[in-house]
This record gives sequence, structure tokens and C-alpha cells, in this order.
Amino acid sequence: MQQQDYVSQIHRCFRCGYCKFPSDYSSLNCPTYRRFRFDTYSTGGRLWLIYAWLKGEIEWSEHLAEILYTCTTCKNCTEQCPMRFAPDIVDWIVGARSDMVEKGKIPPRVARFLEAVYGYGNPFKLLRGDRAAWTNGTKIYAPGDEYLLYVGCLGSYDENGQKMARSLVDVFKAAGVSFGILGSDEECCGNEVYMLGEMGLFQTLVEKNSQKFKELGVKKIVTICPHGYNVMKNRYPALGASFEVYHYTQLLNDLVEKNKVKPSRNKAKVTYQDPCFLGRYNKIYEEPRQILRSIPGLELVEMEKNRADAFCCGGGGGNFVMDLLAGSKESPARVRVREAYATGADTLAVACPSCLTMFTDAVKAEDLDSKLAVKDISQIVRESLPAKKRQLKQRKQEGAK
Amino acid sequence: MSDIYEALVKIVGKDCVSNHHEERYFYGRDPGLMTPHEADYVVMPRTTEEVQEIVRLANKEKVPIVPKGAGLALTGLVIPLKGGIVMDMKRMDRILEVNENARYVVVEGGVSQGALREYLKEHHPNLRHSVPEAPPITTIAANVVIHGQGRLTNQYGFNSDMVNGLEVVLPTGEICKIGSCSVGPYWFSKGPPLPDLSGLFLGWLGTTGILTKVGLKLYPKKKIKDLEVFVTDKKDLVPDIIFKITHTEMVEDLAVWAQERPLMFRGNYHINIFITADSEDELEMKRKMVYDSVQEYVDSKDAGFMTINLDMRRDFMDNPQKSMTAFADVRRGGGFEYAGPIIPMELYPECARKVAELAIKYRVVYGGSGRVIHGGHCMMFSFAYTFNRADLDEMDRARKALHEAAEFVADKGGVLWKPNIDEQKIMMERMDPNTLKLMMDVKKLLDPNGIMNPGNWEAK
Amino acid sequence: MPDLKFEKIKCTGCKTVSCLVKCQYMDWDKGEAKKEWQKVINGEDSSILKDCVTCYACEEYCPFGNHPFYLIVERQEEKGILPQSRPITKQAINMTTAQGKFLVGKPEKTALSFCAIPRLYTLATGKLFEDVLPSWVLGTEFFCQAMFLHFARMSLIKENLPKVIDNIWNQGIREVIFLHDECYGTFTSLAPAYGIEVPFKSIHYFEHVYKKLKELKNEIKPLNIKAAYHRNCSARLVPETDHFVDDIFELIGVERVKREYDHENALCCGGLLLTSKGYDAGHDVQKRNIDDMVKFGAEYCVFNCPACWDPLAEKVARRGIKPIHMIDLCKLAIGEKQAVEVKV
Repeated sequence: MQQQDYVSQIHRCFRCGYCKFPSDYSSLNCPTYRRFRFDTYSTGGRLWLIYAWLKGEIEWSEHLAEILYTCTTCKNCTEQCPMRFAPDIVDWIVGARSDMVEKGKIPPRVARFLEAVYGYGNPFKLLRGDRAAWTNGTKIYAPGDEYLLYVGCLGSYDENGQKMARSLVDVFKAAGVSFGILGSDEECCGNEVYMLGEMGLFQTLVEKNSQKFKELGVKKIVTICPHGYNVMKNRYPALGASFEVYHYTQLLNDLVEKNKVKPSRNKAKVTYQDPCFLGRYNKIYEEPRQILRSIPGLELVEMEKNRADAFCCGGGGGNFVMDLLAGSKESPARVRVREAYATGADTLAVACPSCLTMFTDAVKAEDLDSKLAVKDISQIVRESLPAKKRQLKQRKQEGAK
Repeated sequence: MSDIYEALVKIVGKDCVSNHHEERYFYGRDPGLMTPHEADYVVMPRTTEEVQEIVRLANKEKVPIVPKGAGLALTGLVIPLKGGIVMDMKRMDRILEVNENARYVVVEGGVSQGALREYLKEHHPNLRHSVPEAPPITTIAANVVIHGQGRLTNQYGFNSDMVNGLEVVLPTGEICKIGSCSVGPYWFSKGPPLPDLSGLFLGWLGTTGILTKVGLKLYPKKKIKDLEVFVTDKKDLVPDIIFKITHTEMVEDLAVWAQERPLMFRGNYHINIFITADSEDELEMKRKMVYDSVQEYVDSKDAGFMTINLDMRRDFMDNPQKSMTAFADVRRGGGFEYAGPIIPMELYPECARKVAELAIKYRVVYGGSGRVIHGGHCMMFSFAYTFNRADLDEMDRARKALHEAAEFVADKGGVLWKPNIDEQKIMMERMDPNTLKLMMDVKKLLDPNGIMNPGNWEAK
Repeated sequence: MPDLKFEKIKCTGCKTVSCLVKCQYMDWDKGEAKKEWQKVINGEDSSILKDCVTCYACEEYCPFGNHPFYLIVERQEEKGILPQSRPITKQAINMTTAQGKFLVGKPEKTALSFCAIPRLYTLATGKLFEDVLPSWVLGTEFFCQAMFLHFARMSLIKENLPKVIDNIWNQGIREVIFLHDECYGTFTSLAPAYGIEVPFKSIHYFEHVYKKLKELKNEIKPLNIKAAYHRNCSARLVPETDHFVDDIFELIGVERVKREYDHENALCCGGLLLTSKGYDAGHDVQKRNIDDMVKFGAEYCVFNCPACWDPLAEKVARRGIKPIHMIDLCKLAIGEKQAVEVKV
């Protein structure tokens, strides 16, 4: 794979430090550098250390591995690096990781993540049979359905992710979308596995998934999670698995524009987190915003760092499980919820279950959980659907009695 | 040694000290050409008091300390030549005070150029500071310590001339205020009308103390900025052109550059003239004065203003100039270093000739540029050579080219800026012996145990 | 080297001496003009050769198509007169010297030429060009050479033009859509003036865009704006294309404000005046041009030439008028985004 190029290229990093910043240098924007503050934890540090390891000037150690695996692959560095090789930076890091995986040199948390995916089809090491526990009778995909709704591991197993999955299913049903899910037959998409460098396992996952999709005659896939969107759109085709892939916000925006989803008034002041795998990776910035703006009464305010400058939630690179950046008020999710709160918003809207779960924990750690609600866009839309609103009102009234 | 580690943990906390090989390796080198030397510890203090305790510890244990910003001077000044503690100052990143009316800011010793630029944009949009072209992570403190320059240098001098006061932790551990802030709450002067003690720290490359606070002059920020590029193919005309342009007193920054590639620049010397104004009338007045000042060269066809492509203009006007950093990738090798001697304007033509000559001799790619300092009293001329860090032979050739450049300029009477240890030797060899003795005596007085960035400014 | 098809007799019999009398940068009355022009014809020294700002307008003014401007350029070169400074001339030559690097898309029988101007590549996107893309050529190997008219280097044009023609032909291209007047002018005016054969068909992008807009008529939302048209120097070589400006404007709902410095009276963008003559000359021309736009209520200033953009677009924007290239203007009309913008 192309990441093997890193061996001949990685010395090109000048450690100039542009990778630490957003485009206006207003604050630190590399989640690991912000968290740890040693220069070694910035992209420049990482690349120089990988080069040193290749030259034999330093040996593999747990500390080196921590530096390497705390990278959330958020691509801020790619966005900011002034050099011609900027687009390749994450590939280089993945390349180094894949070499380390081959040599069996990975830290325990990473090993556990990969083993869980291998054995259980998800990184949480939860039973395959429980993957569809959230579904509540959601239709299983059958040939002829327009979309396969690919739920993903977070959507299937994570408490917050499941809420997201349920609300999206409700919204799709209300809009009359023809879709189905794979249920407990669903397997990990492999995005984090790829980013962690386990190429063998990644290839297996792609083959398994692709086989399943082909057998079912799937043409269009819509994912809940931007990680899944990213890998299926950008990595699967090279392995022969080519489908039309959408993130749900693209489809939902389309439905809103065509009036198939008609949100009614929902007074809220909302700020939106651009997920790395939707934003920087795939340049999808406007559709989620358009959905939010379509809701009457909703005021959308921007965080200072948004779109290509958005600050990562810290969940990428498997860290929504491994959480290697936890433990400090400078942990990225905590930093970001503070930034969200500073806009005056009462709601932090997300479009990614990793962001959802990271921020849900972070608002608690920041004592903001009564002040800043963290909701996925599909949850906000679902709340704004007239039937739903009536339901909520009714429940409130009954509660009052 | 592990006692030192434990002692450092006690001072700054476990998360802010490292004796891991990875940190010792990384902090033991910079992206230039100087030979690396690993640190024993890397520490990141948050407060002046923590810095003080570390310095006291270092004195007690006779362990070197090397204060570090971003390490992008490229001349190896943050490489711990004798091991010891590298003190990464960047956690001391608070902007403490802006006095708008007196136009100054007080920052901690690790505040970055980028952070200050943005802070002022947001909170004091009519004020700016002199931002160097170095990457934005570089610190205010390190920049003044090495007598750096920036976008206001033609107008106001070296960035160190813009210092308005200091808080320093002396090598013996005392915390010292320098300038007007030593007698009152204001930071409007680094010395006058008192004896100017700032000279004990600025230019000493971290060998006489650690800057924990810097007071810095701010300047008016105008609404419109523009760039003109005046081009001549005769390097001998450059000093006079600069003389004429600076006579207008209308230009905030003035830089001369020449390079072989892209082809359109070959064989010419380009003078970037930055002007700013609050109104169209003011801008056009300044533009006209600049144009008129060099009209004779336009009439003789020896020079002309370039019509600048707006994309190129945007790159030049970007401050810091991100495209300058990309010089490091010309050889697809992530490296460049430059000797940037300070010279009188009249030496420009010889330096411009020499930088190209050395590039041919040593088969390296060059960039030759100069930044005019304070209205043309002098100029920083950059002999920049880029190299592929995976090609040891090329690195060696670049090193030789730089060394020869340094010797050449020193022989002509130029003064080597932010000198690496070889260049320091070149300077000290040529220095007035009494001046050198004074320097060494001051250094010894301030740093009796020789712990501050040892290996630098050391005369045999 | 090919000779200019210049006929002395046409000038001898000329009653109007429009080339010099109408010149906006020199002040000649008819009698004096006739005498002075004769010096140029004869190859003698003349102030015209130094004072000419190379705006190309006399090519348009001459009622006989006798190429007075091309003759001026020839004479300037013969006498070693530099309209621009020596270093800027060197820069222009260096910038456009062929490198043997053929930057091409997938050239077919019909292709777009971006000349050596990357900005044209940026502009040519969307529905207006989707039928032709990715058939394009770009770079010094396809450089039209006309720029050297500003530098008294007719010799370079004559030397290089045949090579460029070959380069285009050898890509299999038989029909070229030129996105710049200079290019279109080179192959339809300059080349014939020297008897240089152009084997392929030249199409002005105005014509192409107009045709496409008519096809996309249902997608056009009239812009309903007033625009000043900045008529560039090379438009003088191809005045027969000017009607397309009005045709396109009509189709997309743009009013071409009837201002003083338009059509034959258009002013140079001032770029080369600033660089060759000095501040007053260039600034005066720019100020008059923009004042004129403001006076007649223009909301937009439409550019045809990317080289005028650099000296003028920001100045226009600072006076509250939005600068926009013709291609971008057409894109706005069909709901596409402006590719090249200036922010002040």
C-alpha cells in the first residue's frame, strides 16, 4: 500500500510547527500537542521520531508507541503544513504504525482494540449477537431497499451512539426513506483498524463487508458515522469494494431541501462541531449546517475554529475506546466543549457518534452538563418533527398531572 | 541523575518532565545543520517560580540549562551541547497586559508570535507587533534574545529594539526586573532613563538568564496594506535604491531577494516594499513617494516596478510568510539553514554575488535575501542553503558553504547574527580583545557555575 | 524571419492619422502627426517610439488595418528602445521560455488553451466548459507570445510563434478555444500580419460561452446588475469580438453602463504604465477609469483579461465595485460560484 512510501519520505518534515495551529494561529489545534505539550507529541515530533526509529537512532518503546498512537488522525496537520507532502502526512503515520503492527510492537490498549474487532466485530469486545439490541424492530435490509443504513460499532453498542441510531431511523421513517440495516450481521467498517495500521485485519473486514453487500445487492450505503463514511468512500474502492456511499447528513439535507422532512419550530442556540472525517477528510461542511438552519427558531452560531479549523474531539485513531488523550482539562473533548460553551450556545450539535460520546463525557467533566446539551443532528431534527413534538408535549402534560 | 528527575517532578509535576529517550532525542537537535547532543531532561515550567526553582536546582547540581522556544533559529542554539536540562518555555503562554495608550504588551516567556498576533487582532485591532517570518510557534522571548527581526524592522529596528522591559531569572536563581518595570508598574522602557541592563540579556543566546516576561512595543496597525516590488538586474544599484526608498520614511518593511528558481526570478534582484495606510489617499501618497524616489532608475530602464500576481502578493503579505518555510522542501529533504549576517548596505552586492558563488562551489540550492534594518542603517543578509536531510554529503556541503559565507562576511566587517558555535568563534576571534574580555567577565559574573546554555559564547 | 505586411502607401494617403491623433497617451495634431509618423515609417528616430505606452489601440484606430502598432514595436526593437525596464523584460522572457514540459489535459480535436496563465485554468470550470474539458493545454509551450508586444520583442514572437503553432497542432488539436484576447488576437491578427499560417481554427471564448449560455437558457437567472466593462488592450486586436460582450450581457441580465472610457475610448489598466512610466502616468489612468465606473453607477467591473486583474481588481474593489472576470460573471448567472475573487 502507498503508506510504505513513508520510509523514503518521512525525513522531509522540517518540524516548523505549523501543524500545531489552525489557519489563524489563534490557539493550539493539534489535539495531542494541546494535551501533552511536549514537542514530541506534535506531528513534527512524531515524524522525526519515526525517522529516528527507522534509522535505529531510537528504539521502540511504550513511550514512543504512546506518542504514535495518541495521534487521532484528525488531519489538522495536513491542512496547515506548508510543504508539498502535506497530503501524505497521515499516510506516513499509518505506514509507521503498520510496520510496528507487523513487528508486533503495539501498546496493550491498541492490541486489545484490534483483538476485539477481530474476535467480536467491534472494538468494545461486546457480543456480536447484541449488535442489534438497539434496533427495536428496525427493518433489516432486503434486496430492493434503496439504502443500506450502515450503523457502525458506536451506533450499535455505545449508549450515546444508539440514541443517535434510533433517532436517525425515526427521521428516515418519517421521510419515507427506503432503507434497511444489517442488524447483528453487521461488521466493523475498519476505519480505525486502518488508521491503527492493522492492514491484514482491515483487508479481511473489507472483504467480509463487501461480500455481504454484494450478496444483498446493495448499491447505496448511508452511514451514521463519518468514520465509516470515510473508509467506505475512500479506502474500500482500492480493494474492489465500490459502492455509492453517503453520510446521513448528505441524505438528510436532500430530504429537507425536497420538503420530505419538515421540521417545525425548535428554539435553540446551537453550535456545530465539524467531525474530522466529514470535514477535513471529505470537505463536507455545509450540508449539516443547512439542515440546522432549516429548523425554524434555531439559531446557528459558529465556534471560532470551525470547518477546516475545527478542533478534534480526540476520539479518532481508536481513541473513542482507547482514550489515550484522557485525564486532563486539556484533553481535547474538554477543551472543545469549553469552546462550544463560549459561543453562548445551549446545544452542541454533532454529526458523529464519536464526537457525541466524547463530548457527552466531557460536558460532565467540565460541569457543563446542565448548561450545554450535546445532541446529534438527527436527534435535533427528530425533536423538531411535528409528531414528535406533540408526543413530547403530551408526555410533559401527563407528567405534570 | 534520578534525583534530579525526582526533584524536577516535584517542581513541575510528573506530566511536565521527561527523561524518556524520545524527548531527550528530539530536544537534542534542531532542523538545522549543527551536530545534535541529547538532553538529559526536558522540563516545561508554567510559572516564573517554577523556573526559579529549576535554576536553583541546576546550580546546586551543576547541571546545564538550555531555555528553548521553538528551536527555529536553526543555528543550534537550543541544542544542549553539554547535556542537562532543556527548558521548553512554551507552557508559559499567557499574554499578561496590553497598555493601549502607551502601546505595549507584556507577555510570558513562552508566548508565541502567532498567539500574540491573533490576540491583538481580536482585542486590540489597531495595534500590532513586529512579526518575524519564522513559523508562528516561535516565541517572542527567543526572538528578542537573538535580536530577531520582523515586519516592522525597517521602520523601528531589530525586534530587540522593541523590548520595553524584562523579567529575568538570573543564572543564580534571582528574579530580576529590567527597565521601567523595575521601579513601577509600567513597562514602557527597557532601560532609559536608567542604566540599560537589558543589554545583559539580549543577544546572549540564553547564556545569562532566562526571560520569563517580555515587555514589547506595539505599533499602529493600519487598515490597508499593500506591496510593491521593485526589480533591478544590477546588484550594485541595490544599496542606492534602498537609500532612496528609505529616504521617504514611508515604508514599514523592505526586503531584497534573489533566487534561481522559478525561472522568472533568475538574474534579477527584487525589492519588496511594504506600505500601510488608513485611507486610500494615505496609501497613494506613500506609493507615489516610493515610486518618485526611484524614478531615475525607471527612466534609465535599469529597474522597474513589477506587476505582481495577486496570489504571489497574498503570499508575500502573509506575515509570517508561510511560503518561506517551504524553502525547506525544495530538495525534498526537510532542511535549510541560513547564515544571516548583519551588514552595512554597501556590502549587499558582494554578499549577493557570494551567496550564488558558494551555491555553485558546493553544489547546493540557495536563497539570497536581505531585510533592511531601521531605515537602511544596516541589513540582515541571508545566505540560505537548503538540503536533503537524508543526504549526509549534501548536508556537509551546505555546512561548508555556510561556514565559508560566515568567514567571508566577517572578513568584510559584517557581524554574524544568531551565530552557531562556529560563527561565535569567528566573531570572538575578530573581536576587540577588551570587548571580548568584558563579555566573558559579564558572563562569569552572572553565571558563575557556567550552567546557562554552556558551549555558547565561550572564548578559549 | 517573416516581414510585417505593412503598406507605406496606405499611410501616405491617410487623411486622418487616427493612429496618433486618437492616441490617448500622446498629444498630436494631424499635421505634426503625419510628419512624425513618416519618421517611424522611414526607420528614423522619433519620440513616438519612446512615448508609446504599448496599449495596442492604434491597431484598432487605423482605418486601413495597416498595423501601426506592430510597426512601432518593430522600430523600437531595431533601435534598442525598451518600453519596459531591462530587468522586467528579462523577467517576462524568463517566465515564458519554453521548458519542454507539456502541461496538457486530454487534448482532442477541440481544446481549450489557457496559454501560460494558470488563472485561466482556475476560471474554466463548470457547465460552461464541461463539454470541452478535460481537453486543454497550458504552459510555456503553448504561450501565445503576444505579451512581447509590450516589450519590443517582435523577434521573439516571430521566432516562437511557429513552434507554438506546431505544439498545438501536434497535440491533435484542430480547433482552439482561446480564453484570452491576446491569444485569440495572436492567431487571428498578429500571425496573419506576418503571413504566418495558422492551420487550426481559433475560437474566442466569448463565442463559446455565449453558445453555451444559450443552450443553458433555462438555467439562467438574470443578474440584474450594472457593470462597467474594462476593455483590455488586446481587445484592440480583435474588435470584431466586442459585440459578444453585449450579447452575453443581454442574455444574463447585465447592463453595460454607458461610460466614457469604454469601447474605442477604453483606458489601459495602468499596470504597465506604472511599471514603465512612473506613478503619475499609471495612477492617473487608473483613477480616471475607476472614477468613470463609479460615476456611472457600476456595481461590478467585468474583466476580460487576467493580466489587467492584478493591477486593477483590488483598486476597483476598494472603491466599492466588485471585480469579476467575464467567465465568472456567466457562472454566477447559472448559479455557479465565482472562482477568482478579491477580498478587501
